[in-house]
Amino acid sequence: MSADTDVEILRRRGRIVVVGASLAGLRAAETLRDKGFTGSLTMIGDEPYEPYDRPPLSKQALLGRARPEDTALPRRRDIDAEWRLGVAAESLDRAAKQVRLTNGDTVPYDRLLITTGTRARPWFHPEEAALDGVFGLRTRDDSARLCRKLTGGVSRVLVIGAGFTGSEVASACRELGLDVTVAERGPAPLVGALGGVIGAVADRLQRGHGVDLRCGVSVTALEGDDVGRLRRAHLSDGSVIDAEVAVVSLGAMRNTEWLAGSGVAAGPRGIACDAGCRVFDVNGIVTDDIYAAGDVARSPHPLFDYQFLALEHWGNAVEQAEIAAHNMICAGPDRRPHLWLPMFWSTQFGVNIKSVGVPSLGDQLVVAQGALAEARFVAVYGYRGRVIAAVSFDGAKWLGFYEQQIAAGAPFPPEYRAVDRRTEMLHPVDPAFPDPHLPTHGATVTLTGHSPSERRVAFVPAHA
Amino acid sequence: MTSGTLITQITDYANRADPYPLYAELRKIPVRREDDGSYLVSTYYEVRSLANDPRLSNDTTNRPPGYARVGQPEAESGLPPSFIFTDPPVHDRLRETINRPFGPPHSPRFLDGLRGELATVVTDLLDAFEGKDQVDIVEDFAYPLPVTAICKVLGVPREDEPRFHVWADALASSLDPQAGDDGQAKAQQARQDMGAYLADLIETKRRHPGPGILSALAPDMTPADLEATAVLLLVAGHETTVNAITNTTLTLLRHPDVLDRLHKDPGLAVPLIEEVLRYEPPVQFVPWTTALADIDVADTTIPKGAPVWLMLAAANRDPKRFKDPDRFDPGRKDNEHLGFYTGIHYCFGAPLARIELHVAVPELFRRVTFSRLLEDPPPYRANAVLRGPRHLPVAIEALTA
Repeated sequence: MSADTDVEILRRRGRIVVVGASLAGLRAAETLRDKGFTGSLTMIGDEPYEPYDRPPLSKQALLGRARPEDTALPRRRDIDAEWRLGVAAESLDRAAKQVRLTNGDTVPYDRLLITTGTRARPWFHPEEAALDGVFGLRTRDDSARLCRKLTGGVSRVLVIGAGFTGSEVASACRELGLDVTVAERGPAPLVGALGGVIGAVADRLQRGHGVDLRCGVSVTALEGDDVGRLRRAHLSDGSVIDAEVAVVSLGAMRNTEWLAGSGVAAGPRGIACDAGCRVFDVNGIVTDDIYAAGDVARSPHPLFDYQFLALEHWGNAVEQAEIAAHNMICAGPDRRPHLWLPMFWSTQFGVNIKSVGVPSLGDQLVVAQGALAEARFVAVYGYRGRVIAAVSFDGAKWLGFYEQQIAAGAPFPPEYRAVDRRTEMLHPVDPAFPDPHLPTHGATVTLTGHSPSERRVAFVPAHA
Repeated sequence: MTSGTLITQITDYANRADPYPLYAELRKIPVRREDDGSYLVSTYYEVRSLANDPRLSNDTTNRPPGYARVGQPEAESGLPPSFIFTDPPVHDRLRETINRPFGPPHSPRFLDGLRGELATVVTDLLDAFEGKDQVDIVEDFAYPLPVTAICKVLGVPREDEPRFHVWADALASSLDPQAGDDGQAKAQQARQDMGAYLADLIETKRRHPGPGILSALAPDMTPADLEATAVLLLVAGHETTVNAITNTTLTLLRHPDVLDRLHKDPGLAVPLIEEVLRYEPPVQFVPWTTALADIDVADTTIPKGAPVWLMLAAANRDPKRFKDPDRFDPGRKDNEHLGFYTGIHYCFGAPLARIELHVAVPELFRRVTFSRLLEDPPPYRANAVLRGPRHLPVAIEALTA
C-alpha cells in the first residue's frame, strides 16, 4: 500500500529527468504527460536543438529536398518540460539521485530516464579526422555541413563503410551526380546486418548505379594538403583514391561514457535493462528509479533466448520509450514488458529495404518470394528450424506476414505455396554472415549475450 | 441460422439497404465455411492478416474447376486479366508501370494538378441546382464528378460517356456473386466492346499522344495489358467513387448533429470522409481471393484452393477493433479502416478518390441547405460488392453561391 501511495505522489509531484533529448526522450516525455504525470520534467540534451528526426539526414536532407532544420519531430502534445539543451550530462550520482551536467549544474531526480542514444564512430586518427572534407553523419549539423559540401561542387566522394548509413550516403551522392567510391572492409555492402547473400544484391545495386565499390579493403590513411584539406585516401590493397570528401560511416557508438563509475551496468554495448526498461546495476540487480530506452538500451528478449538485444531502430526507440515512461510511474503489477520485434528500413538506389526480426541470428536463408536477380524479393532467415527474420527489397508490404511468422515461431523453411514463389522447392542456403566476433559497422541489431554487465572487450576498429 | 442462408441473405437484394446486422451475425464465426467450400472472413484482424498474406492469391485461376473465376476473361477472348486479378510478379510490374504517370515518386503532382478542374466541375454541378427544390444526388452530383475525373486521368473523351457507361455497369455488376451466368455473359460482352473501344483509343494515343495516362503508358505496355488496365480503371473510377460521395451525403443527412459540426468546422471533412469509408465502404467485400496453401486463421484451417471472401464492411465494424463500431463518429481516433483494402492490392485510385471526396463533399454542404431525404432508405443498386444507392432524392431548401 505504501508503494501505491509512493507511486501516486510520484505521479503528482515527482521529479523526472530525461537525459537525451531525441526521439526516445521526447516520446517518453509525451507518454508521461499522457498518462497523467503532473510533476516536474527536465529534458537534458547535448545538442542545442529540440528533438529532431534522424532518418531523413542521410536521405532527403542530403539531396536538398528537406532542410535539416526542418526535421524537427512533430509534437504529439505539449510536455511542459524544462529544457536544458546544449549541455551534456557528465555523471550520475545514484546515492544522491542527481545528474551532474558539464556546466557544473546538478539536477536531482526521483526517476531518471536515460535516452542518450549513439553517436557516429569517429575516424580512428584524430589528425586525419580533423582534415577539411572529412565528415561523419549522425546529427542535423553533420547533415547540413555534408549537404553543403556535396552540392558545392566536389568531384569525388569517398564513403568509408558500406553499412546502411554509408550506402544511403553513396546513393544520395549518385543521385546528385557525384562520383563516389565506397570502401568496405567486409565482403559486401550491408553484410553485417543482412549477410553475404543479400549483401551480393546490394553489391550489384551499388555497381549498377555507378558506385566504385571496393570490398574487402580498409582505408588505412587519409591524406591532406598543406592547408589541411583532404586530398586522397590510402587503401589496404595499396591503392590510392583522390577525393575531396570522405564520409566516415563506421557505425555507431553508444553514449554511455558519462555513466562510468556510476555503478549502473553501462558499457560500449549499451545500458543493460530488464524487459520493463529498468536499468541493472553492475551486480545484475535491477534499479527501480533508473530507466533506459532507445539506441542506448539493451534488454532481454524472449524470442532470442532472453539474450540482451541492442537495437538502433527508429520504431524501437518510440515503443521502448513509451513502455519506459509507462513503467516509471506505475506500481509493479501494472508494468508492461518491452517485446518489440526488431524492424528497420532503408531506402537506397531507388530500392526500399526493410527488415524484421534478427537476420544476423539466421543460420539459413531462403528466397521465399521474388528473385534476388531482380532486386525484388523477400528473403526469410531461419534459426534452428524456425523463422527468425525476413528482409525485403521492394516488398515491404509482405513483412507484416513474416513478422507474425517470427512471433509464432513458424517452422523454417516455409513449405507453403505463396504468390511470387519462383521455385517448387525452397533450398536453404547459408546467409553468409561474417564471423560474429568481428564487429561490423552494418549491424543495427546486436545480440549482446545474457550478462547485464559487460566483461567483453570493446570494439577496436581494425586498420592495417 | 445456418451459414448457407447467411451469405444468401447478404447477397439478397432485400438486405442491400442495411446489411450490417448480417455482418454482425457473420462475425460470430470469424472464418466461416460456406456449403460450397468458400470461406467468409469477417473480423478485422483476420481480414487484415489475410489481405497481407502471400498465401492468398488474387488470380482466380488458382481455384479448382467449378468455382467462379472472377476477373478472368475467357481463354478464347485472348485478353489478359487486369492487374487487380493478378499476383506478383505480374501484378507488381503492371502496377509500378501504371503508377509512373499517376503518382509519386515519378509523378507526385499529377493528381494535385486535377484539383482545379474538379473544383470547377463541382461548381458547375451545384450551380445547376439553382431553382430546384429537389435533386437526385446520384444523377445530379455524385455520378458526373468521378466520370469527369477518370476521363481526365485516362485521357478518355468525356463525350463518350454514354457509350462506356453501359459497359462499365455490366462489368461492375459481374463482380456481384449474384450476377449469375447471364450477368457473366453480359460482362464478357461488355468487356469485349469496351476493350474494342479502348483499343481504338489507345491506338490513336499511340500515334497522337495527348494528356492523360493512357498516352503516357502506350509506349511502355503491350496493347492488351494497357487495354485491360484502361477497362479496370474506367470501371473502378466509375462506380466506387460515385458510391463514396453518395454514401457520405446519405450518412451526413442521417446525422444532422455531425452536419452541424461540419458547418462550424469545415476541417472536420477530412476525418469525416475517412469515417464514411469505414462506416459505409463503397467496396463491401472482396470475393475474388483464393488460398494457395492451407492457412490457419482464427482456429480454422482454410484449405488450399478454397475461395476466400474478405468482408471489408464487416471488419470495419468489428467491435474488437473499433469502439462502438456502429456509431458514425468523425472524431474517431486511430481510424485505420479497410475501406480501401490493405496490402499490395490497396486501392490504386485511393488518392484520386480522396481528392474527389475532399473537393466535392465540403462544397456540397457549404452551398446547399438540405431540408430532408425524400426516401430513406433510398433505392440501392443490385450489386452487393460495389454497394451504393441507385438514386438519392433529397429536398433542398437553399443554395448559396
